[in-house]
Amino acid sequence: MAHLIDRRQFLHLAGIGGGVAFVSGLGFDVFAADGLTDGLPVEDFYFVQLSDTHWGFKGADKNPDAAGTLQKAVAAVNALDKPPDFVVFTGDLTHTTDDAQERRRRMAEFKAIVSELKVKQVKFIPGEHDASLDKGEAYQAYFGDLHYSFDHKGIHFIALDNVSDPAAQLGPTQLAWLQADLQVLPANTPIVVFTHRPLFDLYAKWDWTTRDGQQAIDMLMAFENVVVFYGHIHQEHHHLTGHIPHHAAKSLIFPLPAPGSAPKRAPIPWDPAKPYNGLGFRNIEAYPWKNYRVEEKTLT
Amino acid sequence: MNHYLKKCLLCMLLLAPLTATADTGPTVIVIKASKFLFQPAKIELKKGQTVILEFTSSDRMHGFSLPDFAVRADIEPGNPLRVSFTPDKAGSFVFRCDIFCGDGHEEMAGEIIVRDGG
Ligand SMILES: [Cu+2]
Ligand SMILES: [Zn+2]
Ligand SMILES: [Zn+2]
Repeated sequence: MAHLIDRRQFLHLAGIGGGVAFVSGLGFDVFAADGLTDGLPVEDFYFVQLSDTHWGFKGADKNPDAAGTLQKAVAAVNALDKPPDFVVFTGDLTHTTDDAQERRRRMAEFKAIVSELKVKQVKFIPGEHDASLDKGEAYQAYFGDLHYSFDHKGIHFIALDNVSDPAAQLGPTQLAWLQADLQVLPANTPIVVFTHRPLFDLYAKWDWTTRDGQQAIDMLMAFENVVVFYGHIHQEHHHLTGHIPHHAAKSLIFPLPAPGSAPKRAPIPWDPAKPYNGLGFRNIEAYPWKNYRVEEKTLT
Repeated sequence: MNHYLKKCLLCMLLLAPLTATADTGPTVIVIKASKFLFQPAKIELKKGQTVILEFTSSDRMHGFSLPDFAVRADIEPGNPLRVSFTPDKAGSFVFRCDIFCGDGHEEMAGEIIVRDGG
């Protein structure tokens, strides 16, 4: 049938050692019962989410290999058995700087490093570190549109920007665009949303929210099959708003504490006994119209 | 909603008359925002006692967010903003900048300690 990666092969991939950690995401541990879905030609595939690489960050106590972790992640993706259909970076590609020239330098360096990825397509969305200080001007010059949508093998992907407004809002213009983008889709269209900050109120005391994120969630609620992948909080996190799961990805620079678990949302220091601890990326296998499977990968 | 409109809403709901003075009205607490701190960063208040928080910025736009009391404001340079505030619960509450302002933004926070009136 349409399944390219069959269950046995996948479990084998997930089970092998070498720093491969397997965690099934909330609500994501059920495989499609069959390959036929409403008679539509669908095909299984997977993509990779990388997040919060903060290129240009310096802080030896937090990551003494800040200038090498991104390359390590690129090498890890290139070493995957089967190349993903695409790779998406969910924001904070670069670490912020007040110097507009330095910002562009970091973006150019980041772009050169990720051009080594042996994948057909690389998608980007901005984080506040990339886009908040100049409203996304430099970001757009290097990485293109701040928000956009595309279709891939029966899934509608939507990239939302909740950072180029320094107040962390999607804003009325983008919300109207989202409404128009969704309007033409049947209610059973599978939708995957990429965003940097959580769309829901994860933890307001640490400002882990998007001020008008609920408006986007309300629009998405009309669809049966929606999932959100985001970054910003530098840790794996799974949450449901109604029937919509939200999955936060690990960072590739330093981990942050679980929401409210520490007095400050300060980076967790580097542990020399466990280098790269808490850093990683994820493979997301898509079984269109039915399900997804999230496989967390660690760096070693 | 634009910032102006939002601020006006805030005005109608929360803003004390600018004529309020220290001897006739509630105490005015000036909070200065700058990259990347609030001064003062620790404010002690009494439960049930109304104060006026006056926000000023010396460099760029910052935000003030005190989610436990649903208070938030945009702080623009050259445009002091006054907010009337009556804490209705005791405890220690974090406030922070919620307008991304640069490298130290993550650390730009403070604490309001509310003591029981008694
Ligand atoms: Cu700030
Ligand atoms: Zn980040
Ligand atoms: Zn971020």
